[in-house]
Amino acid sequence: MLQRIYDWIDDRVDVTPLWRDVADHEVPEHVNPGHHFSAFVYCFGGLTFFTVVIQILSGMFLTMYYVPDIVNAHASVEYLQSDVAYGMIVRGMHHWGASVVIVMVFLHTLRVFFTGSYKKPREINWVVGVLLFFIILGLGFTGYLLPWDMKAYFATQVGLEIAETVPVIGELLYTLLAGGEFIGAQTLTRFFAIHVFFLPGALLALVAVHFIMIRRQGISGPL
Amino acid sequence: MEKNHNVSRRQFLTYTLTGVGGFMAAGVVMPMVRFAVDPLLQADAADDMVDVAAVDELTEVPQAYDLEYEQDQGWHIEQVSETVWLFLEGDEVVALSSVCTHLGCTVNWGTDPDNPEQFFCPCHLGRFERDGNNVPGTPPTEPLHRYPLEVRDGRVFLGTNAQPQI
Repeated sequence: MLQRIYDWIDDRVDVTPLWRDVADHEVPEHVNPGHHFSAFVYCFGGLTFFTVVIQILSGMFLTMYYVPDIVNAHASVEYLQSDVAYGMIVRGMHHWGASVVIVMVFLHTLRVFFTGSYKKPREINWVVGVLLFFIILGLGFTGYLLPWDMKAYFATQVGLEIAETVPVIGELLYTLLAGGEFIGAQTLTRFFAIHVFFLPGALLALVAVHFIMIRRQGISGPL
Repeated sequence: MEKNHNVSRRQFLTYTLTGVGGFMAAGVVMPMVRFAVDPLLQADAADDMVDVAAVDELTEVPQAYDLEYEQDQGWHIEQVSETVWLFLEGDEVVALSSVCTHLGCTVNWGTDPDNPEQFFCPCHLGRFERDGNNVPGTPPTEPLHRYPLEVRDGRVFLGTNAQPQI
């Protein structure tokens, strides 16, 4: 049945080459843990992507209940966590997943570094990867404020005061990030927008570039 | 016959990997879906009756009372106030909604000089009899809704959901 539906569509719009190009390619022996178990280190990039997908999914669902406003933010988080079914799990996935992404990115970076995979011709992809690392740190920083509790507030205060110490443009940077002279209503809304629209958009675009370059250049050879 | 039972290595791997992958995907997606559809599965809040007026105050002439109650909206408690028309029909208390069944404006008692014994909606000149029945030839297509009602110790208690009369 499924096969016939697939054939019917494929007959008309020829989708097979599309997914073959994405999914059907050989995995070299030296990155296949089935051949050499130590090759599991090559999994961390994929695991990063997997956790990012979970972050995007759980984040989308969290915004069904979350309100980015100083009066209601904390109450809405408390409500979705304690009163909505599976709220603790969905928020837990987003909360712990955020740390897991950072750990996976770090391990992925170590693997690329120690296998020398950043060398010619893959320098641009290393740069894109570093940009992705900063975007993920930014997602972690902006997301930390959103529950609007004491920890969130003071962590953001510390973070913004660090930004303020940047020579020359420090104070401008603080005002830009806080949306004013102090951390308050405007900061929360601003961080929400950055966390939910700007950084994920940039993340997806750069991840696409990252993956396209991997397909173009192939996985780097064995050590 | 025997041939059909043969499963190639490729098929076996396809089935097991699809199965395991499906379980993993379900494990990730199921909590989120349950989270999103929670409003569908929340038990309906108990419809508490609200004390609105004393039976002694009521007359045959409809009088406006405020039905005030709290509506639980997740992290927010909404203070709701609805206007209710209360009057006596013989010994029985009647509570009519003030929401016009045409397009939802608020109806008033006796404000149309030509029909002082009827409810009147100023928006499109809709009219209702005293018992709530819509006057034929005016825009409303059904009678004013009625509130569930209880009389306890000489006080009138109303439910918060007005029900259609038809």
